[in-house]
Parts: sequence; structure tokens; C-alpha cells
Amino acid sequence: MYPRQFDYVAPTSLDEAYGALGDDSKVLAGGMSLIPLMKMRLLSPGTLVDIGRIPGLDAIEDKGDHISIGALVRHSTTAGHPLIAQHAPALAQAAGMTGDVQVRNRGTTCGSLAHVDVAADQPAAVLAHGGVAVVGSASGTREVMADAFCMDTLTADLSPNEILLEIRLPKAGPGEGSAYDKLGRRGGHSDYAVAGVAAWVKMDAGSITDARVAITGVGTKPSLLPEVSQALIGTDGSESAVASAAEHAVDGVTVLEDLYGSVEYKTHLAKVYAKRAIQKAIGSIRA
Amino acid sequence: MATTSVMGGVVKRREDPALIQGLGKYTDDFAPVGTLRVAFLRSPVARARITRLDTSRAKEIPGVVAVYTHDDVAHLGPLLAQVPVGKLRPLLAAGEVNHVGEAIAMVVAEDRYIAQDAVEAIEVDFDELPAVIDLRKAASDEVVIHEELGSNVLHTWTYHGYWEALGLEDQTPQVDEAMQREDAVVVSLDMVNQRLIPVAIEPRSVLAEYEPGYGRLTVHSSTQVPHALAGAIATQLEMSIRDVRVVAPEVGGGFGCKLNVYNDEILVAWASRELGRPVKWTETRREAAGATIHGRGWVATATLVGTRDGQFLGYKLEGIADMGAYSQNFTVAIPLLGLWIASGQYKMPVSWTVDCVVTNTMTTDAYRGAGRPEAIYYLERIIDAYAREIGMDPIEVREKNFWQPEEFPATLGCGFALDSGDYAAATQRLKEIADYEGLKRRRDEARAEGRLVGIGVGSYVEVCGFGPAVLADIGFSWSAYGLPSSFNGSGLVRVNPDGTATVIIGTGPSGQGHQTAWAQIVSDGLGIPLDDIRVHHGDSATSPMGIGTFGSRSLAVDGTATFAATEAVREKAAKIAAKLLEAAPEDIVFADGGAHVAGSPDRGVDWKAIAQAAYQGHTLPEGVDSGLEETIIHTPGNATWPFGTHLAMVEVDPDTGDVELLEYYAVDDCGNQVNPMIVNGQVHGGIAQGVGQALFEDAYYDQDGNLLTGSLVDYPIPTAADLPSFQLSHTVTPTPVNPMGVKGIGEAGTIGSAHTVVNAVVDALEPLGVKHVDMPLRPRKVWAAIQEARA
Ligand SMILES: Cc1cc2nc3c(=O)[nH]c(=O)nc-3n(C[C@H](O)[C@H](O)[C@H](O)COP(=O)(O)OP(=O)(O)OC[C@H]3O[C@@H](n4cnc5c(N)ncnc54)[C@H](O)[C@@H]3O)c2cc1C
Repeated sequence: MYPRQFDYVAPTSLDEAYGALGDDSKVLAGGMSLIPLMKMRLLSPGTLVDIGRIPGLDAIEDKGDHISIGALVRHSTTAGHPLIAQHAPALAQAAGMTGDVQVRNRGTTCGSLAHVDVAADQPAAVLAHGGVAVVGSASGTREVMADAFCMDTLTADLSPNEILLEIRLPKAGPGEGSAYDKLGRRGGHSDYAVAGVAAWVKMDAGSITDARVAITGVGTKPSLLPEVSQALIGTDGSESAVASAAEHAVDGVTVLEDLYGSVEYKTHLAKVYAKRAIQKAIGSIRA
Repeated sequence: MATTSVMGGVVKRREDPALIQGLGKYTDDFAPVGTLRVAFLRSPVARARITRLDTSRAKEIPGVVAVYTHDDVAHLGPLLAQVPVGKLRPLLAAGEVNHVGEAIAMVVAEDRYIAQDAVEAIEVDFDELPAVIDLRKAASDEVVIHEELGSNVLHTWTYHGYWEALGLEDQTPQVDEAMQREDAVVVSLDMVNQRLIPVAIEPRSVLAEYEPGYGRLTVHSSTQVPHALAGAIATQLEMSIRDVRVVAPEVGGGFGCKLNVYNDEILVAWASRELGRPVKWTETRREAAGATIHGRGWVATATLVGTRDGQFLGYKLEGIADMGAYSQNFTVAIPLLGLWIASGQYKMPVSWTVDCVVTNTMTTDAYRGAGRPEAIYYLERIIDAYAREIGMDPIEVREKNFWQPEEFPATLGCGFALDSGDYAAATQRLKEIADYEGLKRRRDEARAEGRLVGIGVGSYVEVCGFGPAVLADIGFSWSAYGLPSSFNGSGLVRVNPDGTATVIIGTGPSGQGHQTAWAQIVSDGLGIPLDDIRVHHGDSATSPMGIGTFGSRSLAVDGTATFAATEAVREKAAKIAAKLLEAAPEDIVFADGGAHVAGSPDRGVDWKAIAQAAYQGHTLPEGVDSGLEETIIHTPGNATWPFGTHLAMVEVDPDTGDVELLEYYAVDDCGNQVNPMIVNGQVHGGIAQGVGQALFEDAYYDQDGNLLTGSLVDYPIPTAADLPSFQLSHTVTPTPVNPMGVKGIGEAGTIGSAHTVVNAVVDALEPLGVKHVDMPLRPRKVWAAIQEARA
């Protein structure tokens, strides 16, 4: 648990941060995933660029047409923020089920997305809400859909000189609802997801007009499940409609066995939680 | 309610203010100027010959002071063990490695980071050999791990044969005969009691400071056994125990893993002597997972035979226990602790056979309960299965077979006698606090709604507070460390010149609240207020010989010593006070901070006056010499046998297999209680660990010998958030073994809980026809059991 030697810089502006970033550097946000990897010497960046002292990155804001979650917004803030509760309930729930109190007080929602752990909670909710990653570098900013941003296991669409500045989420309109549910490694909701599903649903006059469902924990990365969404759209959201849509919960997903589940079990859980999350999302609209 | 009253009072733990403010001092907090740091190169493979080991590059790194390998330390011999059955651990790998995590080389450097860099610079090549992990395969000797031993089976424990001198009768024929009876119901299950990692929150740490000018060695260590460690270091380094002092400062949990002496402790002490500088090593969490002892690790077939109407006729256990690659302190003896309680609270013949086998894994040894949770698990699970088979309430079945209060001391087939007990009373109390009939109604209503709700009950008896000393005859002692005394406990009680008291005990607590409980004992005996008493422990140079804190022994053994020392001080003080008060010693009463003449509370002196007289000397009564302190070293005449009955209510999610522990009730009997709050705290932690085994924990090696649960990410331990509030109660059946009538409570919660939870889950799955699920009852396994039952 002793990292290799590294340099540490704590810039106080984005420009300074961009200047410090290079091929052998890593952005340090909450450190909840990066520091353990360094201590186990599984990762040994030459320079850590701590973005924690850059002002202006720690807010959740209503930007008119979207909600913005800054790079330093902690899980606990995301979990308890009224704007997230209103516009992205699935994300609030996922943030509230992430780790423990200490982890939630330090870890960042953006860091969770940037890290792309196979079993991370919040990325699934960001995906289901149609989130966009705003990536900055010395040469400007670019926007990437969160689904594309999560490229592969522990691999985000980020080059070493870039910073994930914010996550943008569409604002909720009428007839929309969302929910996140999971089985944690310790049972119940605690710890990383053995299987977790976030569902966002839009209904009009008793039928589903749009949906996005995302899964985490079972495959190589958190990912959208377009087949499930397709199967939902046009239905009345009844239990049987949801159940048959949930049958597609691992379509296109390479299900991986681990200590917490066989492929068969994880496949089954994916369907169970797809159904539960979608039903909760629908329930929240009807309520 | 917190009080300041003494014996039996809920006194708040006096050690806690420092701990909860972060002001406690642990071994790693100490660093004399010039302290060198250590890192170990550990084996990444489970079984191999080392074909090349080159430390030259590591030695060249600036700041590296030394890199040691087996050749440097071979002359010290392998790590000493009390029960030297099996292959003893080489201090550093001797040309071969036998488990992942085995120490191959030791780097000593100016700081810990440099030491780690140097570890990476050591070059080592392996010629890998097939690893043996599976217990049944190991027992088959298909591949023998240590060829020189000829077999992987190191020893076989049997109920009658473990101690020839006792001349015990083999009860196997009785059990076998019972199975042939026409009315016999025979129930049998194969069950796993999985390997666990002890996970003390404070990792192990050792700091050794050899002072060349004085020829003495001072060792701080996160240990449960300061005196034993001093003996071990002295013996292994060929020093005198006079020149080795071991201090255990705050110890953040041990659960048995810190009652072993480890190769790292010996090596750090040796390196300090070699280099003439202080040397420190603190394990990483990964080392704590893979290179500190593990517990449990049994597979066994349990068979119960009884009549249709619930009368037990006999019990048979045929098991294999995992010893790991090398034997350490008590490794091979651990199952023996289970053997002594094989029959639990019940009267019946027992046939018990456990093979101790070698595998390419970390050594196993004492982990909270040590052999007893395993033994009770098998017994109480099979009783449950039997109750189900004959359709009888599981509590009623147990009640039918309990030893009755008038039968104590009750001699068991293994030669030991249960000291005291009233098992039916504890069970009755449990039924009351849990509202057993109401619970069953609630379960049945939930079932009627299609929910999988279950109730599990489990009883236990455990054995702790060892002696008797004669156990040394079967190797149960600390003589390998040059300490012939098997089970000493000690207490020194000193009234200081200012009338306060200092108490020094030979224990090595790791959170058990000794500073509080011992102050209560002394305050109760002398009437000195608790605030005027300070308790010291964990220093082999200042405390009289006590072997340490383990096996739920401290109160029964060191507590008894302290109780006796307190009596002796009181007797002497009575003579002094009598002279001061011009009364007879028999008429002196101690209370409220001083002494007075019985019946005349106004004719009194305070402790300060008594102490002043004691130390000044010239006013002392004839025949009484100066000073006011007594030291007692005590060896118990027998062990004590606590017991209890627990109950859990669970609900299983039929879609996911997720188990929710809804309610938990426990009635434990540890005899008289010095501090009921501390007793409850011990029960709380114990239950949490038992629930951890039942639901989450699993030290899992794959078939190549990789420990896949080597960090807390993959080895979940229960937290308060995972547990319901426990409802606790107690019965009080004092032991005749010691004058305070106290038994141990440190391990009871763990011994009583794992099977209780599993019994509840199996009860929840009963409507589906599930008969057993092996621990840990992770959702994936419970779900698989449900699928299988439905198929
Ligand atoms: C005990 C424990 C339990 C946990 N349990 C859970 C759980 O149940 N569910 C769960 O989902 N997660 C869990 N986590 C992980 C946790 O959520 C992490 O906080 C999160 O994954 C990373 O966020 P961070 O701010 O800590 O990022 P860091 O650890 O600082 O960084 C992680 C990675 O992301 C990069 N990064 C971070 N922020 C940016 C940025 N703004 N721009 C560019 N790159 C960036 C870093 O360079 C690094 O590669 C747990 C962690 C711990 C220690």
C-alpha cells in the first residue's frame, strides 16, 4: 500500500491544470478509486494533478435547458440535491447507494463517470438520463454523450491532458420518471453493484413514448440497453409489458462471472433489476 | 443507565475517550529517531521451487540498508510453534514457496517507500508445482505437499483418542448401534464451514529497538500476548527473557490472529539487533489478508441419530480441517477446542473424527471461537435438520435433550466436565424476549402471503478460560516460547502513597475494556473510587506473568488473580487501619474511599491516610512491613463453560436470493457479570462476526492458490449498517471454578450466531424443500439453491 514516487500539483485554475497535465499525469478528484490503485502500484502516474482547489467546479446548477454537475460535486451532494431529486431521481438514488458515508463525502459523481468501473452505480443513471460529458483541455471543450464517453472497462473517452469539467443532464419534463435499483455485493443496496439498472421513462396518455434503460455490474462497463427501451416504447407500462421488455436486459452485453455471480445468475439479476427499476420509474410518474 | 457503582454496574468504558478522539497510541504511532522500515517480497505463486533469487539490484537502491533472504536467517531455525506437528514456517522461504503471500525476502530501508521500491527490484524465478487447495483432494494425498512428511494429513483428532492418558471409551459403537435401531431417525448433511480472514481494524505492526549499549531489546507489537511474544523472541534469538521487553500499546482488534507470534515479529527483532537501529514493519491490508493467520476452513459430514419423538441417540462428525501450508502457534490443536464441546448442551454419545490437512494456503489458527464455532455449527445445523425431519419444533427438540441443572458438573465423553449450567432457563428466557409464539405466527402469516420468512434457533456451549494446567501434557501450553506455565494470569494491586490505586495485569486486550472492568474489581474490593484507579496492561517488563488475552480468558484468569490480590491488599490495609482507628482488624469495613469501624461510620480514615501509614512505616502494627501492594499469579483449576441460545428471523428475496436479517435475539450466560455493558458489547461484536460468516465472508483461494479476496473490496465484513438492533438478555449461572463466578464472553456471540442465521435461512426456504445452503449465504448461492429446489 505504498505508491511509487510521483509529483503532486494542486493548481488553482483550469489553465494551470491544463498546463500541468501531460502524458504521464492523472487527474485527482475525490481519490476514492485512484489512490487505492496507486497504493497497490497497479497504477503509477508520474504527476497527480489535484483539481480540488480549482474554484467553480463544485456546483449543481440549473442552466436553463439543462442541469450541470461540476467536476467536484461529491456523491453526497448529488444524492441530496433538490435539482437532482427533481430532474434526475435515478441519479440521486444511485449516488445515495454508492459506497459508504466517507466515500460519498469525498468521491465525485464526475470521477465515478470518468473511472468507468464495471460495477459503478452513478454512470448507469447518467446514461439513462441521457447525460452528456463536457470535456475540457487547453484547446477548448467538447461534448460527448455519456454512453460513448464510457468506452470500456476503466477507460473513458479522455486523453491524459483533458479534464471532465461537468456532466449535463436534460431537465425533466411532464410525464417523465426515473429510478435506480441494484443488488449490492453485501446484499441489499450496500457496496458496488452485482447488478444495477437505471431506468428513465416518459409517458403520455397512459403509454410509454420514450425510455432509456442502462445497466451496470454485469458486463464490461455501464451501458445503455436500447433493446429494452425499444420494447417498452409504445406499451402501456403494465407489469407484463415491463417484464417482457426486461427480458432484453443483457442483449448486447457480455455478461462476466465474478465472485458475486455466475453468468446465469447475473443474467437473471439483470432482468430482475431491469423490471424493478422500470416499474419504479413508471410508478413515480403515476404517483 | 451509566453508574459509578462497581461490580455489576454499567460503568462507561474508561478507555474510550482517548480512542474516539483519535488520541489512542498504537504500535505504528511509535517511531524512535532513526527507525528503519521493512517491506517483504511475497510469493505470487502458491507452490514452487525458487530457482533464482537475486537481490543485488535492490541492494543498490539508495536508502536500502539490508536485504535478507533465507540464507541470512537459516541459523535461527523455523518459526517456533507450540504444537510442532506439520511443517513449521521458515522465517523466509527456504528454496520453495508453499502459499501465495509467503515471505521470500525482507528489505530494510530508510523509509517505507524505498523499501517497497527495493522489493520490486528483487529478481526471482519460480519453477511452479501443482497447488493443492481442495480439502478432500489434499486429504487423498494424490499430491503430497511436503514430501518429507509423507502425507498431507498431519493428525487425526478423535473424541476418545486425543488424550490416551484419560483412557476414554470410544463411543462410536454406541452411535453406530443407535443407527441400527428400528425406531432410529438418521439425518446427515455435508457442510462447509468456510475459511475466514480475521480482519482486525488495526493491521499488525511491530517495532523493535535493540540498544547495543545495554544489550536489551524493546519490542512494541500489536499483539494479544506480550509475555508470550517476549518469550518467543528470546527463545528464537537465543537471548534471555530478562533482556527482552514487549509492549503492546493500544491494539485495535485481534480476534485471535494476534495471539500468534509471526515470522515478521522475529525478523524485525533480529534485524534491529543485527543493525543496531530501531526497525519497524506494519502490514498492509493485503498482507493482513494473505499473510496473517486465517480461521475455520472445514468440510465435514454431520450425522445425528434420534428417535421419532425427539430423543437424541448419538452424534457423529467426520471432518477435514484446513491447516494451510505451515503450522504456526496452535494450528493443529485448534480442532481440539471444538472436540471438547462437540456435544453442545446435549446428553448423548459422540463419535468425532477430524483430519488436519495441509494445503497451499495461509496457515490457519485461532480466530474468534477457534474450533468451537465450527463444532457448534455442525451440531446445531444437524439438530435443525433432524427437528425438521421429525416435524418437531426446533426449540422443543433441544429442550428434550439438555443436560439438567442438577446434573452439573456434567462429565462428558471427552473427559471434561461442564462446570455449571441451566440451559432450559436460558432457552425459556429467549422464548420470552423474542415472543417465540408471536414470531412463529408472524412467519406463518408472511408465508401465507408467499414471502420467504424464516426463524432460526441455535444453542451453544463453549469452553474457555483455560486450564487446567495439566493440558500441558498434551501440548496445550506455551513451552515452545520458554514459558512452561500453560495458562497463567496475573494481577498486581498497588495502593499508591496518595491513596489512589495502580493495577497491573498480564493481559493483552485489543478492545475488551480491561481498564474499566479491572478498576471495578479493585474498587469493589477496596472502596477506592473508580476515578482513583488506573489499570495498566500489555507490558512484559512491568506486569507479572500472564499469558495474554485470548480464549475468553482474561476475566476468569487474570481477573481472579486481581481479585485475590485485592483481597490481600485489603487484609493488610485492615490491619493498618485498625491500628489508626484503635479497633480490631476484623471490625474494619472498606467503603466510600476509606475504612471505618463497623457500625461507626464516623470512626474512619481515608485511603490516603492508610497509604501514608503504610509507606512511612514507623506507625505500622507489629509484624506488618511497609508498602501496600500484592501480586498474584494464578493458574485456573479448570476451564469455564458459558452457554446460550440465539434466535434470528430473516427474509429471503425469492427473485434474487438476497437475505435480510430482520431480527436477532440472544440470551447468553457467562456467569456473574462485572460490567453488563461490556458483556453486551462483546456479544454485539461476536454476533456481527458470526453473521459475517453466515452471510458475507469467505477467504477464497482459487484452485491455483490465488487468494481472490485479498482486499476489503472483495472481502466484505459486516458493518452496523448491515445489521438489525440485537435484542439481548442474560441468565446468570455462576461458575464454581473461580471466586467471582465469572465465565468468558469474548467468543460466545460468534460461537452462537452463524448457525442461527443459517438455520433461519433454511427455515425460510423450507416451503421450497431446501435442506441446506453452505455459507456464506451470498445471494448467488441462495438463489441457486432456490432454483435447484424448484427444478
Ligand atoms: C470503500 C469504497 C466503496 C465504494 N463503493 C462504491 C459503490 O458502492 N458504488 C460505486 O459506484 N462506487 C463505489 N466506490 C468508488 C467511488 O464511487 C469513487 O469515488 C468513484 O468511482 C471515483 O470518484 P473520485 O472523485 O473519487 O475519483 P478519483 O479516485 O479521484 O479518480 C478516479 C479516476 O477518474 C479520473 N478522474 C476523476 N475525476 C476526473 C475529472 N474530473 N476529469 C478527468 N478525469 C477524472 C482520475 O484520473 C482517475 O483515473 C467505492 C470506493 C471506495 C473507496
